[in-house]
Amino acid sequence: MTTDSPRPPPRRTFSLALGGPQLKGLLWQILVVGIALAIIAFLWSNTVQNLSARRISTGFAFLGREAGMPIADSLLAYSPKDTYFWAFVVGVANTLRVAVIGIVLATLLGTLIGISRLSANWLLSRLAAVYVEVLRDIPLLLQLLFWYVLMQALPAARAAWRPIEGIFLSNRGLILPSMPIGEGQLWVLGTAAIGALAFYVLRRAQIAQQMRDGRPRPAWPFALGLIVVLPALVSWWLGVRWTVAWPELRGFNFVGGLTLAPEYFALLIALVTYTSAFIAEIVRSGIQSVPRGQWDAANALGLRRSFMLRQIILPQALRVIVPPMTSQYLNLTKNSSLAVAIGYQDVVSIANTTLNQTGQAIEAIALIMAVFLTISLSISFFMNWYNARIALVER
Amino acid sequence: MTAITDSPNTARARRPQSGNRVLRWLRTNLFSSIPNGIITLVLFAVLAKGMISFVQWGIANAVWLTPPNDSSACRAARGLGACWAVIPEKYRFILFGTYPFDEQWRPAVAVLLFIALFYVSTRRAWWRRELIYFWIAALALISVLMWGGVFGLSFVSQDRWGGLPVTLILATFGLAFGFPLGILVALGRRSKLPAIRSICVLYVELIRGVPLVSLLFMASVMFPLFMPGGFNIDKLLRAQIAIILFAGAYLAEVVRGGLQAVPRGQYEAADALGLSYWRKQRLIVLPQAIRHVIPPLVNTFIAFFKDTSLVLIIGIFDLLTTAKTAIIDPAWQQFSVEVYLFIAAIYFAFCFAMSRYSRSLEAGTAR
Repeated sequence: MTTDSPRPPPRRTFSLALGGPQLKGLLWQILVVGIALAIIAFLWSNTVQNLSARRISTGFAFLGREAGMPIADSLLAYSPKDTYFWAFVVGVANTLRVAVIGIVLATLLGTLIGISRLSANWLLSRLAAVYVEVLRDIPLLLQLLFWYVLMQALPAARAAWRPIEGIFLSNRGLILPSMPIGEGQLWVLGTAAIGALAFYVLRRAQIAQQMRDGRPRPAWPFALGLIVVLPALVSWWLGVRWTVAWPELRGFNFVGGLTLAPEYFALLIALVTYTSAFIAEIVRSGIQSVPRGQWDAANALGLRRSFMLRQIILPQALRVIVPPMTSQYLNLTKNSSLAVAIGYQDVVSIANTTLNQTGQAIEAIALIMAVFLTISLSISFFMNWYNARIALVER
Repeated sequence: MTAITDSPNTARARRPQSGNRVLRWLRTNLFSSIPNGIITLVLFAVLAKGMISFVQWGIANAVWLTPPNDSSACRAARGLGACWAVIPEKYRFILFGTYPFDEQWRPAVAVLLFIALFYVSTRRAWWRRELIYFWIAALALISVLMWGGVFGLSFVSQDRWGGLPVTLILATFGLAFGFPLGILVALGRRSKLPAIRSICVLYVELIRGVPLVSLLFMASVMFPLFMPGGFNIDKLLRAQIAIILFAGAYLAEVVRGGLQAVPRGQYEAADALGLSYWRKQRLIVLPQAIRHVIPPLVNTFIAFFKDTSLVLIIGIFDLLTTAKTAIIDPAWQQFSVEVYLFIAAIYFAFCFAMSRYSRSLEAGTAR
């Protein structure tokens, strides 16, 4: 490393100050900005020349043209006849589909493993440590290829594994039973959402009352009523039928149910297991950062364990956990771009195909950057908001 | 949930028990309570089952050696045992790619030089100015070995390089240039001059905001557009530039953390001594800042070492790409799991050594 030992005594030197420090600062800035501008101008003029030499038009007009690229696995309806713009939207949806579900699963798994590492059970904590160490020290891309190879080595649809009735695992991916959502179901779900919101407002009012008079008020009857009973009543009133679509094998493929394609499934497993190893370490260090005295004090008060964890340990641990967690979420989202290596069509993969088809490299890369900057900014905005909420207020 | 609440206080609650030490150890560590006992038994069963099937697949039923280019024994054992025979068959291609077969001792020596370089850089006694000269000398020697063309070594062009040396080159040169770049950017980000500060902020946020994959695409597709007509640089060098820019942005943030940890008094004392800006940074601020952030720096190095594998996506022959290419051969196609495990072990060895080192440093600085 370039660490000089601070031992030699500082010698007095002439400083090349041309007048005051302000002038010097100004000259430095002019120099640096000048260099930056010169580089940009150089690259810009080269690019313009190259583009005209290769007859590549610039601008985003190509977004309106027919894309003609197949997209195998998508949430939104898509056909190769759709425009490049729509292909991009489908790619963004695919990226979000991996990122959002990946973040939720990685958080759950990582927390579980982080807590296991702190367990008094020697075997459990050792296994968790090995899990973390192994997954952290192997490149994600290698793990992704590994899972993908394993997915392809699964039996064909006919001989699919059935770990539980209704779930099939084969080289066509993971097939799960699904529940079709129609208009009636949407009404019921909407009622449940409104009920949850109402419960939240009510609970806040209850806590405010408790702050005033110190009397605890029960929450569960309201939760049950607003989130379970009310939607159930609506469902009964409207006569909504909740049917489950069970997948079954017909001919060579599965009919019904929800299919997670092998590419998607492999990407999800790789991202979740890899990120969970990092999250486990964050959770562990967060819990360890809570001073021992807090545990002792809570024990001395004779608090119940669940109460102690929820009200004393976790709020303090979260202050340490949330900021690094934000960067893990960002990493997971950015890492989802490795999808291109196994042919899952996320936004980067689709942009890359577009780039190869149209030659419009600058626009395609600009779109990737715009998408990821938007996602990054939203995640950090949300996490900063959450962080500010839970931060220690010092008086 | 039960497991975690146990940890801080059960140790004291337990009374010393008479009896065998082994039994006592088992009791405190594995069977301290009924739920804990159940967890232990379930985990033990799962672990034992996993170990047995792994030993059956990986050792008992495995095929270790076959006649050259004959995978029939492996195919016979498929599904029952591993085919480790693919490693002796392909290891030279995996490690060195298409580097001329007879000259492969040169990349092999280069790899050893890299390892020596890393080893020396981790010794605290060696952290002084001479280390920089050693780095320059070692990197120069590695370049001579890889390229040749002098001292009677035949010339080998870059597009024939491959495998482990390429991974190490991308990572090491990425660090060797990315680290000074990161320091400059970190200083710029903390500068009082608004124009310099905003350029540095823009650079760091733009690079960190997008996936490395898109930077690599940019390097492979857009770079030729940026350069004057007729001027074309090698794909490996382009990827190297992208990786340096990427490393610079990430290292800048780590160094910035260190700079923030240097107490104000140190800056003021340096100013009082009348040191110029650069002398102040070089003699007073940076040594302290970097010392603060050595453990996170090592962690960034690990992340970065793993990330070099992404050059697979733009078709550069690093270790992961040679492994993937080695199993395109139809005879050995079905045995990619074994090959991936082999290179996973190589990556793991490097990263695990670094993470162990980072942990020992953390223990050292926590004194």
